[in-house]
Amino acid sequence: MIEGLNPGFILIFGALLVPLTSGIVRSILLLTLPVLALVQIYTLGLGTWGHYDFLGLSIELTRIDPLARIFGTVFCLAAFMGMIYALHVKDTVQHFVALIYIGSAIGAVFAGDMITLFVFWELTAISSVFLIWASRTERAYKAGMRYLIIQVSSGVILLGGIILYYQETGSIAFNYIGLTGLASGLILVAFGIKSAFPFLHNWMQDAYPEATVTGTVILSAFTTKLAIYTLARAFPGTDILIPIGGAMTVFPIFYAVLENDLRRVLAYSLNNQLGYMVIGVGIGTELSINGTAAHAFAHIMYKSLLFMSMGAVLFRTGTIKASELGGLYKSMPVTMVFCIIGAVSIAGFPLTGGFVSKAMIQSAAADGGMIAIWLVMLFASAGVMDHSGIKVPFFTFFAHDSGIRVKEAPVNMLVAMGFAAFFCIGIGVFPDLLYQLLPYEPTYHPYTAGHVITSLQLLLFAVLAFALLMRYKVYPPELRSTNLDFDWFYRVPLKRLALAAGRLIATVWAWLLGIGRGIVAGIIEKTVNTHGDGKVMARTTASSTAVMIIVAALGFVVVFFYRFLQQPVPM
Amino acid sequence: MTALSSQFPIIVAIVPLLAAPICALFRGTTLPWAITTIISGITFYVSIQLMIAVIQGGPISYELGGWAPPWGIEYVVDLLSGFMLILISAISTGVLLFSRESITREVPDHQLGLFFAAYLLALTGMLGICITGDAFNVFVFLEIMSLSSYALIAMGANEDRRALTAAFQYLIIGTVGASFYLIGVGLIYMMTGTLNIADIAARFPEIEGARPILAAAGFIVIGLAIKLALFPFHVWLPNSYTYAPSIITAFFAGTATKVGVYLLIRFIFTVFGVNYSFGGLELTDILLPLAVLGFLSMSVVAIYQTNIKRLLAYSSVAQLGYIILGIALASESGLMATIVHIFNHAIVKSGLFLSVGCMFYVAGSVYLKDLHGIGRRMPVTTFGFVLGGLGLIGVPLTPGFISKWYLVVASIEHGGVIGYGLVALLMVSSLLAVIYIWRVVEVAYFRDIPEGAEKKEAPLSMLVPTWLFIAASFYFGIETTFNVGIAKATAAFLMGGS
Repeated sequence: MIEGLNPGFILIFGALLVPLTSGIVRSILLLTLPVLALVQIYTLGLGTWGHYDFLGLSIELTRIDPLARIFGTVFCLAAFMGMIYALHVKDTVQHFVALIYIGSAIGAVFAGDMITLFVFWELTAISSVFLIWASRTERAYKAGMRYLIIQVSSGVILLGGIILYYQETGSIAFNYIGLTGLASGLILVAFGIKSAFPFLHNWMQDAYPEATVTGTVILSAFTTKLAIYTLARAFPGTDILIPIGGAMTVFPIFYAVLENDLRRVLAYSLNNQLGYMVIGVGIGTELSINGTAAHAFAHIMYKSLLFMSMGAVLFRTGTIKASELGGLYKSMPVTMVFCIIGAVSIAGFPLTGGFVSKAMIQSAAADGGMIAIWLVMLFASAGVMDHSGIKVPFFTFFAHDSGIRVKEAPVNMLVAMGFAAFFCIGIGVFPDLLYQLLPYEPTYHPYTAGHVITSLQLLLFAVLAFALLMRYKVYPPELRSTNLDFDWFYRVPLKRLALAAGRLIATVWAWLLGIGRGIVAGIIEKTVNTHGDGKVMARTTASSTAVMIIVAALGFVVVFFYRFLQQPVPM
Repeated sequence: MTALSSQFPIIVAIVPLLAAPICALFRGTTLPWAITTIISGITFYVSIQLMIAVIQGGPISYELGGWAPPWGIEYVVDLLSGFMLILISAISTGVLLFSRESITREVPDHQLGLFFAAYLLALTGMLGICITGDAFNVFVFLEIMSLSSYALIAMGANEDRRALTAAFQYLIIGTVGASFYLIGVGLIYMMTGTLNIADIAARFPEIEGARPILAAAGFIVIGLAIKLALFPFHVWLPNSYTYAPSIITAFFAGTATKVGVYLLIRFIFTVFGVNYSFGGLELTDILLPLAVLGFLSMSVVAIYQTNIKRLLAYSSVAQLGYIILGIALASESGLMATIVHIFNHAIVKSGLFLSVGCMFYVAGSVYLKDLHGIGRRMPVTTFGFVLGGLGLIGVPLTPGFISKWYLVVASIEHGGVIGYGLVALLMVSSLLAVIYIWRVVEVAYFRDIPEGAEKKEAPLSMLVPTWLFIAASFYFGIETTFNVGIAKATAAFLMGGS
């Protein structure tokens, strides 16, 4: 292979071959490319390659260091997994854009300078929107359009930041930046949009659930984790990230509890998981950065697993509404098992991926004496347990029997889920393998008595509830069990609180949105009235009017120049 | 220099001028087209030779008829004019390669001889403006260019009669512009007694405070602003571009307005001098608001257009806003951005208009409503359009990015609220460009193909030149030695040697 080729290019160039292939050849191509990229990462080892001079800026196409490597590795694994999952899809467009999208995400991770980063950054935005449009529904088209506008704006803001940063420092190397002024602020906002900071997050819940079954799985793995990577690279130890991350862990919980579309529930919980990573970046110690990287790794695995299992359900039943599903454990037992593995993983049970990574971030907070944020994370963990750990599998596979009888998920989907489940548990049982990949020397041991007990205590109540639930499932009457389960779970006060808080947030948000929309609509109406087709600015004025304008302008300019006459004239 | 190559400066202007009447004598298609293309190719070759000579040996001065300047007419080739000569002749040649199929469809056969004669005259005018070092000679070439372009635009009447009114309006407004220029030159002549640009520049400091000079500056700035379609003097441009034959639009979009910009740069930086233009006349205060209003307002107007040619025409006015902004910033990096963008925009916009020409050839219309699903009917052409559109937006790897980069750098250098405000507005206007290009993409790819529409590409003789422009645009977006290198040297020369 070309010396120092950015692994992302392997997928991007490979994508160009996709339209030329079909059938089994294409399947082999799709599965080989991520493996090749992974091989490329480890054959290259650590270092930098591809130095060019462009407009006097030093471009560094490939830079592999431990931080980039762990993200690149998990991206390749997720790509492989996503491609297995999507193997049954016959849509050339989806395969093509998925490879471009993943390739540019990997390319961005290994970019050594900010211009390269920016190019890949925009490329991920433009390519990923086609995964949303691939649903070919009106809703998906509109959601995709909103998604595209927000993603491209993030790129534009990033570019503005980069240019200002270059003016200030004379460098475009992509290293630690730190929040110091306007330039770094713009860069932070751009990264923040992609990592779905509070109030910049709506694109995610808006667009992800509208994508195709396979599209959502692929989308959920890359965009936001790329943003987390850039944050970890450029803004470790930036204090403001801690409260931002805290808010991210908490507020999606209220929405997730209220939401009926299960893929949207997962999108909210994705947001919440990102919060942990943002907190980890904000703390900025070696342990917390390690924790962020490890959490991103584990998170991609279990979140993909959850999205894949929900995708399989959607694929087979045609709906993903909690109210319409239920009792699927009879039809899709294997999917159910995988879904539960993902669920316990996201909830952070010991022996799963979520436990060994989340614990690092929590310990980092505790080490730094940040009690408040530690408590917030604890509360959020309970919330995650509630909506992702229990709500998603429960309403899909148990609850009241919806009467839906379908086939088990296709083999390729099951294989992909098995792959992810293998990693979820593998990481949990053998954390040292993951820890070796971490950016800093790992000194952390998750399986101490204290950690395990804290975590188990937290989850104990939920586990108990879950066990009871199972019992009631076995012994219907259905209606009663449903009511009781419901009460059990949310318990009356928590549920009311959640509902009230959710409504309050929704009202305030709707109010703010309303004002914003009003302003935007006003501006658009003004411009349409003046700039629309055939309106004042777009009209062909009569020649006489045009000449009048010209003469008036001439008069003005000459008078303007004549001011100069009053000043002393240098002779 | 050999005997022939020492005559290169005059060859550039005289060869197309002499070939024009010959063309007019022929009827039929092939011969006039072949003659025009070959002549244009020759000017391209000669322009490159001249540029090489300038780079190696410095500016070339050529005395017309052996009369020494300032009495005789002097032709001057320096970096800036050499750059313009290459740009104009290259675009003209590329467009002509494209033109055969396109123009036989759009202009009746009996007019083709005249058409190509007028084309050669327009080419003569543009090249002449750039090469001459005499302010009155500039006016002569300006009129040659303008009169022939009125005729060329009017020849779109075969497809749409509105071409006639468009050409007539352009005639009225263009003549006003040219007259203003002539009045300005006359006033300067009154004060200095010379028409040679270098000579005027040398005498300028003695008389710069005089009242006629101030009036002259006003007339010249406004006159040229009309010629280069600076907002709000752009009224003639959208209609002319919309109704002219496809290749004429592609040719003029890349060259005609750029020649106006060239003249403006010449007068502001060479004749008036930087210190006088911006220190005394404070041109920034006039040009900057117009440039900003131009690129914002015209981008918005472009969004609502229903005709692709008109959409691109408004986009051209907006892009001219960028070009003028670079001048208005009155700095070396600003001027560099202007010169780079003249080149980059010319290539991108000509490529876009050529791909629209392909669409018109097949679909018979350039209204968005008639082009539903054109992306699937003509995949190669439409993909070219999209790539060109990316250049217009300023996506990295395209030349638009290079220009915008320098423009932003210049704005930041300008500093203060205005500088940073400009950066924000430039970003906004990029987003507006995304929207107006997107409207075409949406129609092209997301609408169903109307029933009965055939799936057919334009002939290869049109596709290849179109893609030549698109490929060139990406080449100059990545390998920037030529455009950025020359622009940098030119800007340094104009700012320093004023």
